[in-house]
Amino acid sequence: MTKIVEPTIFELSTPGRRGVTMPAVDVPETALPPKEFLRSELPLPELAEVDVVRHYMQLSKFNYNVDAGFYPLGSCTMKYNPKINEDTCRLPGFLFTHPLQPIETTQGNLVLMYEMQEWLKEISGFAGVTLQPAAGAQGEFAGVLMMRAYHNLRGDDKRIKMLIPDAAHGTNPASVGMLGMTVVTIPSDDRGNVDLKALEAACDETVVGMMLTNPNTLGMFDEHIEQVIALVHGCGGLMYGDGANLNALLGIVRPGDLGFDVMHFNLHKTFSVPHGGGGPGCGPVGVGPKLVDFLPSPLVGIVEAETDDVPPLYGFVTPKQSIGRMKAFHGHFGGGLVRAYTYIAMHGPDGLKDIAQYAVLNANYLQARLRDTYHIPFDRICMHEFVMEGQFEGSPIRALDISKRLMDFNFHPPTNYFPLIVHEALMIEPTETENKATLDRFADVLIQIAEEAKTQPELLQNAPNDTLFGRMDEVKAARELVLCCWLPEDYEKLK
Amino acid sequence: MTYIPTSPHERDAMLKTVGVKTLDDLFDAIPQKHRFPNLNLPPALSEMEAADLLGEMASSNENVREDMVSFLGAGAYHHYTPSVVDHMLRRGEFYTAYTPYQPEISQGTLQAIFEFQALMSALTGMEVSNASHYDGATAAAEAVNLAYAQFRGKRKKVVLSPAVNPQYREVIRTYSQGLGVENVGDEATNSELGPEALIPLIDESTMLVVLQFPDFFGRIYDYTKLIETAHAQGALVCVAANPTALLMLKTPGAMGADMVVGEAQPFGIPLWYGGPYLGFFTTKKSYVHKMAGRLVGETIDSRGQRSYVLTLTAREQHIKRERASSNICTNQGLLALACSIYMSALGKNGLQQVANLCYQKAHYAASELNKLKGFKVHFKEAFFHEFTLECPQPASEINQHLLEHGIFGGYDLGQNYATLKNHLLIAVTEMNSKEDIDLLVEALKEI
Amino acid sequence: MNTPTNLKYAQSDEWFDPASGAVGITDYAQNQLSDIVFVEILVEAGESIEAGKPIASIESVKASSEIYAPATGKVSAVNTALAEKPETLNSDPFGAGWILKIEGAANPDLLDAAAYEAHCASRTH
Repeated sequence: MTKIVEPTIFELSTPGRRGVTMPAVDVPETALPPKEFLRSELPLPELAEVDVVRHYMQLSKFNYNVDAGFYPLGSCTMKYNPKINEDTCRLPGFLFTHPLQPIETTQGNLVLMYEMQEWLKEISGFAGVTLQPAAGAQGEFAGVLMMRAYHNLRGDDKRIKMLIPDAAHGTNPASVGMLGMTVVTIPSDDRGNVDLKALEAACDETVVGMMLTNPNTLGMFDEHIEQVIALVHGCGGLMYGDGANLNALLGIVRPGDLGFDVMHFNLHKTFSVPHGGGGPGCGPVGVGPKLVDFLPSPLVGIVEAETDDVPPLYGFVTPKQSIGRMKAFHGHFGGGLVRAYTYIAMHGPDGLKDIAQYAVLNANYLQARLRDTYHIPFDRICMHEFVMEGQFEGSPIRALDISKRLMDFNFHPPTNYFPLIVHEALMIEPTETENKATLDRFADVLIQIAEEAKTQPELLQNAPNDTLFGRMDEVKAARELVLCCWLPEDYEKLK
Repeated sequence: MTYIPTSPHERDAMLKTVGVKTLDDLFDAIPQKHRFPNLNLPPALSEMEAADLLGEMASSNENVREDMVSFLGAGAYHHYTPSVVDHMLRRGEFYTAYTPYQPEISQGTLQAIFEFQALMSALTGMEVSNASHYDGATAAAEAVNLAYAQFRGKRKKVVLSPAVNPQYREVIRTYSQGLGVENVGDEATNSELGPEALIPLIDESTMLVVLQFPDFFGRIYDYTKLIETAHAQGALVCVAANPTALLMLKTPGAMGADMVVGEAQPFGIPLWYGGPYLGFFTTKKSYVHKMAGRLVGETIDSRGQRSYVLTLTAREQHIKRERASSNICTNQGLLALACSIYMSALGKNGLQQVANLCYQKAHYAASELNKLKGFKVHFKEAFFHEFTLECPQPASEINQHLLEHGIFGGYDLGQNYATLKNHLLIAVTEMNSKEDIDLLVEALKEI
Repeated sequence: MNTPTNLKYAQSDEWFDPASGAVGITDYAQNQLSDIVFVEILVEAGESIEAGKPIASIESVKASSEIYAPATGKVSAVNTALAEKPETLNSDPFGAGWILKIEGAANPDLLDAAAYEAHCASRTH
């Protein structure tokens, strides 16, 4: 018999129960549309406000989160989300501006967007920035569209190959697949760099460009980055930077200075926009001079220059060869840009550099503490994260077991099984907002778990033991495919 | 301001463990000539200064809650959000969690998304919903991706109704430019025609027909016959629907649509100058393997408890890589939660009230405006809470006049439709009082 | 691991039955993929196909794989039952889990059972 820990909102419903009520109609009433245009039933829950509060309060307790503890999920940059951001993004002037208002009435928003574009250009060394993409993956897609448009406009239409390292995020090849291009996988060398020989062999006149995450998903800054970029540029290709790991580079190096042509930012990783249980993200894209004219439309620009007594008028502009619109309206303004703007304004240039330095220090500190216990296949000074193997000689324990056991100690596990080039990968990104005591406790626990793996492997294989929920049957979920707790026949029964 | 907790003493101890002398020594792999650039950014602000700065920027806008009366819609709608929604959203347990990769400690997010899927299915009359998309426009673009994958690229034509939101059509074109997809049907000359004008365009090469409900001009049609025609040619049909209208009107699911997508911003998500919003995507169970985005399914845990996991993940980019039909990895989790709480807090009764208020007020406004000399409700078809108003002057001039009266008039349709230069798209919601509507009417009497 | 000796094998883990023309995935492949939840056959009966081209796409709980034609010829039948019961590929890969039948010539690169077993052994370490 299946035990229900918390009923669904549909199961909590009682016919006739009222929640929040709306005002009475204050205009003379008109007849509704003819019956054939009306829905016959509205099968939605009926609850009191207190039922709703208790339900979502209960659900919230089932979640691990950054406010509750350490969340070293590699590649996700789970840093602390400052509370002030939650206030600034909810200022009525931001909350209640309609995207189609005349620009004269939204200059506050437009100044913020314009400055955000300028700041991101300065941080990254790029010539232009669009704030429109909704998330990192959409930023990538915009970037690849621009690379394609650049070659096409030059009549260089035989370029169909995108070079992607074997350590890349899946979004890189998927973005390329959405455009019908071919992916050529480039191996990594034994120090975690792009294998230069393999890269050189792949560079020819059919290359669109290369998509490189740097630091890569092993947490390694490519030691030959300038040669890598020179090889790609040498064959006429463009260099895409996956900005997922930008947290390690703030004030350290600007991707544009290194020669990257295009890069997306993840404002929800680097600039503290909360992850929200999966989104919304925010994925602006920066480009070098070659791609400025191809940026998605619209951008924010100065549409009337300032005079002695009148400030400039900010408005929307469309680049000459724009690839078009990525989404409706102007980007994730309120929940994304306002929070990130607040964060950058409060850090300034030195504060941003501190972020990168302490993120890198924390990762290296954990790596040093765990080096003698876990095998670290690419062992050198890392950037903001590192990857170790979650397996031991002669033990049945796998990375997943270690992850699940960490939950018993009230830690969120690292990223599992990524990057694909490390066996039983555990990818650890502590971020700059964790203190030494937390890092020490985490390292101590991982060392203890390694011992348990030898002495009591079943403790790991059965983990988590001390959480509210145990391991899930993922096969049942995929085979039975119950995706909805509402079915028309359920409502027949309620009547 | 800094959020870094490390003391200088702790820093030195950590550097010693790592085996380097200074923080700068950690960056030897970076080419020296580009290392440690001076960033030309404003100096750091304290929290108090930042709050003041942002406060000034926000208050320099004119907003539709405190400063102006607004009849703007056209894809984003001003509705009332019950207080309880934001109280729940502000719980760090929800907003500081990541994508629920570890289901044992993410059941809150997972069950909330599962319920969102169910609420959207119930609303649209469809069998399955995913965990959401970036917005209504990208959800529509993902419908094209689904259809492309379903026909494995063998059909390449998309028939777009000219009465689909112009921004949605732009996004569909952006997304499909690499796949050789042919988007037809929305040529400017067609803008006045009803949906039956699309029928001759639907043939055996058509993979998808995209419609909007109510359409961009506010009109309500029963698309059942059109959908049957498309199905007879083997094509799929996607309907982009307004969720508030679906509280009252026959669902596109009941009309036979294969996909019902749309913008859920009206359900508890602030206008926020255009984003982030919440795309919903619902379809039939038979297309679930081709659907993009996260999907939560029910299962049990090792202790026999009902629980939820991300499922069918092998469809997605992190496993399928270049063979995935979409690169999407986020959903709009927090906003899906806002939408679910909005729907739950108002409940069936409150939501029906919202729909009725929108309908009644819009019809009152239309009837009063229709009485004005030189003004006319342009289409004869039924509408819900948005309608096209024909004006005696270019819409841009009318809007300028209304702005002087503290009113955002409506969307200037001439921006997208050459034949509708004198036409405003007026949206009326429960936020517009009778006084607001009368103010609009009075202001237009001066024209 | 089961490797029937009457079949021919591709390095990409498909089997081909020269007698019946049936094609499927091997025991090794189904084990590597683990629990299969979705099969899409990409070709139709009557269609001409070339060895090495994708004929089906398989998704399991944790992985996804393309299946390639081990022979050149004409598709004479497809196993439509798999759509409803994709788990058949796990439970009976050489029997009820056949994917389609090809009337035509096997790819000359196909291995016999012993060579295929050696190929599998070389990939497990």
